[in-house]
Amino acid sequence: MDLIFDGIKKAFWLLLTFDPEVLSITLLSLRVSGTATLISLIIGISAGAALALSEFPGKKFLVSLINTGMGLPPVVVGLFVTIFLWRSGPLGFLGILYTPAAMILAQAVIATPIVMGITLAAIQALPKNLRLQILALGATRFQMVWILVKEAKLPLLAGVMAGFGGVISEVGASIMVGGNIKGYSRVLTTATVMETSRGNFDVAIALGIILLLMAYFINLILTQIQQRERPR
Amino acid sequence: MSAPPSILEIKDLKVQKGGILVLEIPDLAIAQGEIISLIGPNGAGKTTFLQALACLIKLSKGEIYFKGGKISANHSALEYRRRLAMVFQDPLLFDTTVFENVASGLKIRGIPKKETKGIVRENLDRFGIAHLLHRSARKISGGEAQRVALARAFATQPEILLLDEPFASLDPPTREALLEDLESVLRPTKTTALLATHDRMEALRLSDRIGVMNKGRILQVGPPGEVMNQPLNEFVASFVGIETILTGQASKKERGSFLVSIMGREIEAVGEVEPGETVVLCIRPENVTLSPFFSQGATSARNVFAGRITKIIPMGLFYKVQLNCGFPLVAFVTGHSLENLALQEGQEVVASFKATSIHVVRKRQVSS
Repeated sequence: MDLIFDGIKKAFWLLLTFDPEVLSITLLSLRVSGTATLISLIIGISAGAALALSEFPGKKFLVSLINTGMGLPPVVVGLFVTIFLWRSGPLGFLGILYTPAAMILAQAVIATPIVMGITLAAIQALPKNLRLQILALGATRFQMVWILVKEAKLPLLAGVMAGFGGVISEVGASIMVGGNIKGYSRVLTTATVMETSRGNFDVAIALGIILLLMAYFINLILTQIQQRERPR
Repeated sequence: MSAPPSILEIKDLKVQKGGILVLEIPDLAIAQGEIISLIGPNGAGKTTFLQALACLIKLSKGEIYFKGGKISANHSALEYRRRLAMVFQDPLLFDTTVFENVASGLKIRGIPKKETKGIVRENLDRFGIAHLLHRSARKISGGEAQRVALARAFATQPEILLLDEPFASLDPPTREALLEDLESVLRPTKTTALLATHDRMEALRLSDRIGVMNKGRILQVGPPGEVMNQPLNEFVASFVGIETILTGQASKKERGSFLVSIMGREIEAVGEVEPGETVVLCIRPENVTLSPFFSQGATSARNVFAGRITKIIPMGLFYKVQLNCGFPLVAFVTGHSLENLALQEGQEVVASFKATSIHVVRKRQVSS
């Protein structure tokens, strides 16, 4: 029990003194996962909305692929992003393997299907005639899509939560494409893995607490927004 | 009499869904300011027709002309859509305040917020919902929501209003009140309107013309009296009911009843109407009694008319007897009575019906 108690004590010490290394790891985590989520929102919402509003043969198959993609294993994403970014790979010329940029790319690949799948479901759950009503109000096609997305904003917030939650806690892809380089590509999850393997439980617990708190506060903010505008 | 200019003309309109022809309108012209009701059973194509008119669905074939100009799929369709409005059976309000909802059509058109405020207020007043201004559209009743939907439609000052069973999911008193409000807005603004409904009374009350639809076609279109009394075929007849429908002006009000002169005859009816007001009398055939001659004081019916039988149609358990009493009248008689009275076509009989059995539909004021 001492192990845990000492670990927690040390962890709070690290947190309260704003340990520079812990701080930089935390900020990088936020930056990487925040950027990846943002990219996934832009791609996921537009593609999800487009897919929800179009009819074509093979749509069901595509939707099933996206739904599968919502549970994409991070290590598989890590593997393929690594292959793509390898010096001799198709995107090797970018030279971004083992950089935060590669981590953003991998995390965006993980989060995009999640956001896309939730957007698709949210838009399809709107009343069938709402689309026609918006057009009848004189909207252009672009305005119509924009209004529909606004109408689906509550379930879309769930998409933001799910996307961010998925990537901030993800470790496999980050360690594979980022390399866990100290002071450069080390994030909360990869650092936790490393410190635990070294037996530095105090630091690992501190990082774990930060991860939990971060997940909690971000979801708290989103929940506040969601509950405030809750219909009925 | 020259016909008023058409605001809409439809030519050879066809809509297919999944390879099946669901709408076929060879030709229809709608006059400026005209109110047309489309009645018909579910699946008759009323909704498809309205959506096709609003350019919301693809036409398989045919043309729509708005004020003489052909609407083409690309740029002019948007311009055209911005000059009409559509109200659906569900209010389909946006998840925001009532104000934002009513302003939405204006916002879409890029009208500055300064100008929208006044327009929104004016339209909320029109439908008696000014007090809901800042309420969430999710927290109002069904009747209020449909009023907001109407206010939202009128806020864009549409030249054509398409109404797809807007009152179907409302309770009767709410529907009645809304119908009254709609009528009081449509007429002064001279808005052309098409109303899809399955309520005959709604259609009778509002329309200049009624179109009866079935299986994607308009079977008959004409003034309410014509469609109701002279159905072109059996379907129209069965759908509009076989009631006698007469339009006339009320006069001489006395003790809760009034007289209506119809083609020179005076029919007594009961109800609250103003003298000079145009009313529609609906006489159900089962309420009309036939006898071979005028009986003295034996009947409490105030309306007794001599007439000639023009046609007798067997209807299963009873017979439908069409009469000419100076005005058209339809009576139902049982086979037993038919035999007893020895009724034949061409025969003179006396028809009577109670003033209280007449359904009176008040039309709008003649003036204004």
